[in-house]
Amino acid sequence: MYVAVKGGERAIANAHALLAKRGRGDSRLPRIELAAVAGQLGVLVSRVMTEGSLYDPELTARAILQAQGDALEAITLVRSYRTTLPRFGYTLPVDTAGLPPQRRISATFKDLPGGQQLGATFDYTHRLFTHRGTSGTTPRTPRVEPEAHGAGPEMPEMPRVTDLLAASALIEPDHASGAGDPEPGDLTREPTIFPMSRAERLQALARADEGFLLGLAYSTQRGYGGTHPFAGEIRVGEVEVEFEAPELGFAVPLGRVELTECQMINQFTGSADTPAQFTRGYGLAFGRSERKAMSMSMVDRALRAGEFGERIVAPAQDEEFVISHSDNVQAAGFVEHLKLPHYVDFQAELGLVRRLHGEFRSRVEEKPESVLTDPTDLAGARA
Amino acid sequence: MSTALDGYNIGYLDEQTKRMIRRALLKAVAIPGFQVPFASREVPMPRGWGTGGVQVTASIIGQEDVLKVIDQGADDTTNAVSIRSFFAAVTGVRTTTRTDEATIIQTRHRIPETPLAAGQTIVYQVPGPEPLRFLEPRETETRRLHALADYGLMYVKLYEDIAKYGHIATTYDYPVMVAGRYLMSPSPIPSFDNPKMHRSPALQLFGAGREKRIYAVPPFTDVESLGFEDHPFEPQRFDQPCAVCGSTGVYLDEVITDDKGGSMFVCSDTDHCERAAAALTHSGAVSVEEVTA
Amino acid sequence: MNDAQPLLEVRSAGHRYGNRYGCRDVDLDLWPGEVLAVVGESGSGKTTLLGTLSQRLSLTEGSVRYRLADGTVADLAELSEAAVRRLWRTEWGFVHQNPADGLRMHVSAGGNVGEPLMATGWRHYGRVRAAAADWLQRVEIPVDRIDDPPVTFSGGMRQRLQIARNLVVSPRLVFMDEPTSGLDVSVQARLLDLIRSLAAELSLAVIIVTHDLAVARLISHRTLVMKDGRVIESGLTDRVLDDPQAAYTQLLVSSILQG
Repeated sequence: MYVAVKGGERAIANAHALLAKRGRGDSRLPRIELAAVAGQLGVLVSRVMTEGSLYDPELTARAILQAQGDALEAITLVRSYRTTLPRFGYTLPVDTAGLPPQRRISATFKDLPGGQQLGATFDYTHRLFTHRGTSGTTPRTPRVEPEAHGAGPEMPEMPRVTDLLAASALIEPDHASGAGDPEPGDLTREPTIFPMSRAERLQALARADEGFLLGLAYSTQRGYGGTHPFAGEIRVGEVEVEFEAPELGFAVPLGRVELTECQMINQFTGSADTPAQFTRGYGLAFGRSERKAMSMSMVDRALRAGEFGERIVAPAQDEEFVISHSDNVQAAGFVEHLKLPHYVDFQAELGLVRRLHGEFRSRVEEKPESVLTDPTDLAGARA
Repeated sequence: MSTALDGYNIGYLDEQTKRMIRRALLKAVAIPGFQVPFASREVPMPRGWGTGGVQVTASIIGQEDVLKVIDQGADDTTNAVSIRSFFAAVTGVRTTTRTDEATIIQTRHRIPETPLAAGQTIVYQVPGPEPLRFLEPRETETRRLHALADYGLMYVKLYEDIAKYGHIATTYDYPVMVAGRYLMSPSPIPSFDNPKMHRSPALQLFGAGREKRIYAVPPFTDVESLGFEDHPFEPQRFDQPCAVCGSTGVYLDEVITDDKGGSMFVCSDTDHCERAAAALTHSGAVSVEEVTA
Repeated sequence: MNDAQPLLEVRSAGHRYGNRYGCRDVDLDLWPGEVLAVVGESGSGKTTLLGTLSQRLSLTEGSVRYRLADGTVADLAELSEAAVRRLWRTEWGFVHQNPADGLRMHVSAGGNVGEPLMATGWRHYGRVRAAAADWLQRVEIPVDRIDDPPVTFSGGMRQRLQIARNLVVSPRLVFMDEPTSGLDVSVQARLLDLIRSLAAELSLAVIIVTHDLAVARLISHRTLVMKDGRVIESGLTDRVLDDPQAAYTQLLVSSILQG
């Protein structure tokens, strides 16, 4: 006898228990320390903070552990938490040139004030598995002391490359003149309506899935729209976050966050009436997120095609397409929701298909010669 | 007795957010069928899994409410269980599986068989609020079509279906015209359920969390499923009664019973089925065992 | 209804692209049932003029007034977007040079011709289909292609389908942008013949833009000649082509004879 399936609650409880067990792994091994995740998986933490839109390395480490290493699951945790946090205002705009960067490179000039500072980067590593001693630690790489430039232990001046070009008006200014300083919109507080302003787009891109932006950026390099990018400057470093409390009337520093910033220098515009200038693409992300910042800057520039009267021909230039599909929390939710039961709607489709089959069979019985032997050729069968 | 999860507001969302959503709901009720954009918040379940419905319910639920949550018509499907336990945890509100006892019913993909009454609110989970989306992917353009009541494109789709299949080929999320003005997606309920929406005494609210839209059909509003005069809207029909409770005129689930494709049909609405089956046994008429033997 | 009023009254119309004028100082009157050709070489401003009159481009100077079906005269610049959309659905048509721009390429021929009817409230499938079939016949498309999408049609057939789609709602004014360019010469002739007879049959007013004087000769009552954004000559087609007054028109006409 058929008994309706029950026990959904118990099934869920058991599933959660099994998940916890898998997550714990071999119980003879110690649990991973939060601090170890935060400290030794810094790039993953950076990604989850950036796409979770929340700077909190320790909380993010917790999310990564709870998600058993699933980056998107961790991002979802962070976002869900973020939405519950009280908001008491906006910081002052951070000055990415304000503190000496750990890493600063430019592809546009061989040398520049402050020099090329590699910082901690994978760029020139050989992608070979490094030997791990029996203690489980990697051998210490000797630190090569840089030659003294006479500046002593102080950091050299590192003006922005784009500022240098802007000084001679060779690159478009980084803000529209005469537009004042409008309050930026907040995508997490206001509904998305197209078309968007550049500020809103940049917000969306900052939270966007790194892989999605990487693919789109790559496409622009391969002919799907093209922005002739040069990496004007990539900086990784800490910035001071300041907040002006209304009661105080002046700004107080709240702490520091690590940021990765990429300024792309792109295809110049100009005409007989206006002087040629390079154009910009901008990328910004939390922590060590170079790939994200670079991809973001390239997609930013591609989405500005309309501003420069460029033909919009490629997916990376289509604002609605890019922004609607860039949020991985949304994307994962909707893609994965297909796992939910859909049998009611499927039953409805089944009903229709069975009916159409029935009608087809009746037509065959009535007039077999009117029907082609290929049952999928509906057009022929209609005759 | 109200309880809140430690560190969270009652109903999970903060009061400002609830207010923002209620304002959107008021606009939606004032313009039946019109999609009101709202700043959808993250909630602790993934997008696509009912976050819009959850936000709507969280914004309207009060201590006196009684909540029923169904998915595919059943109270016991995993996502319905998950959402119901979420609300139990964050509001302490009484929950029920009985349609006639609930003041708020959050649903995915079905309208209960038991007719709704005035004073009840049904909250639909909506994946794709835009009925024209697969005909016109751009939001900027569909917005304009709605503003100008320019719905020819939808009829082209129906025409093409009939030309190709001899029937309108939409079986769920069947487009409706609300109050004679706005084209609306009723959410992926089977078209079988569409007639229940017409002049329902209940308040019907629709939440699309991922797409960030809210819309509504106030009580006793005209809701007409599209069709042609000579190819009118036709909801599904089932030829057999429910194998468990014997009900006819209800939506049935097909259950595969053996590996030769044998199957039986049972009510999708578990609450209705339980009560109808109980009534059968009590009345001494055909017992459940006899029906399914 | 005041028959002394033209259908379309254009005064000093102009459209500017930044600092440059696409067309300028254009005056014309169009009467019901009249076919007006706007001819010129590329860059003459004829396409800009068409765009401006049909509201696809903004009118930066001058005025365009249109006499609606109910007799009232509307200043097109003052119409709401909803009113303009209604005009397009019921009184106006636009035939694009490239039929793909004026058709839904993956919707059946019947659906393409039926759409304007359904957009204006037709709700009977059989009647929509019958009207579509009727129009396919009138534009000489085999009726058994009614369920085929235009993506499977030849260029000439697509263009005829586009015409059917435009005429099915019995518009009063149709704009045509080089409807025959890109088609084989024999196909062109056949299409022009069709346009001419339909226009006469339905008392359609047509503004047709073309670089080809032969097209103007074949179907238009009056012709406007444009150069550098201005109208340099206008009048009855036969007169303009047989006895051109302006030097440029003479050049145009004579280049045909030599070509």
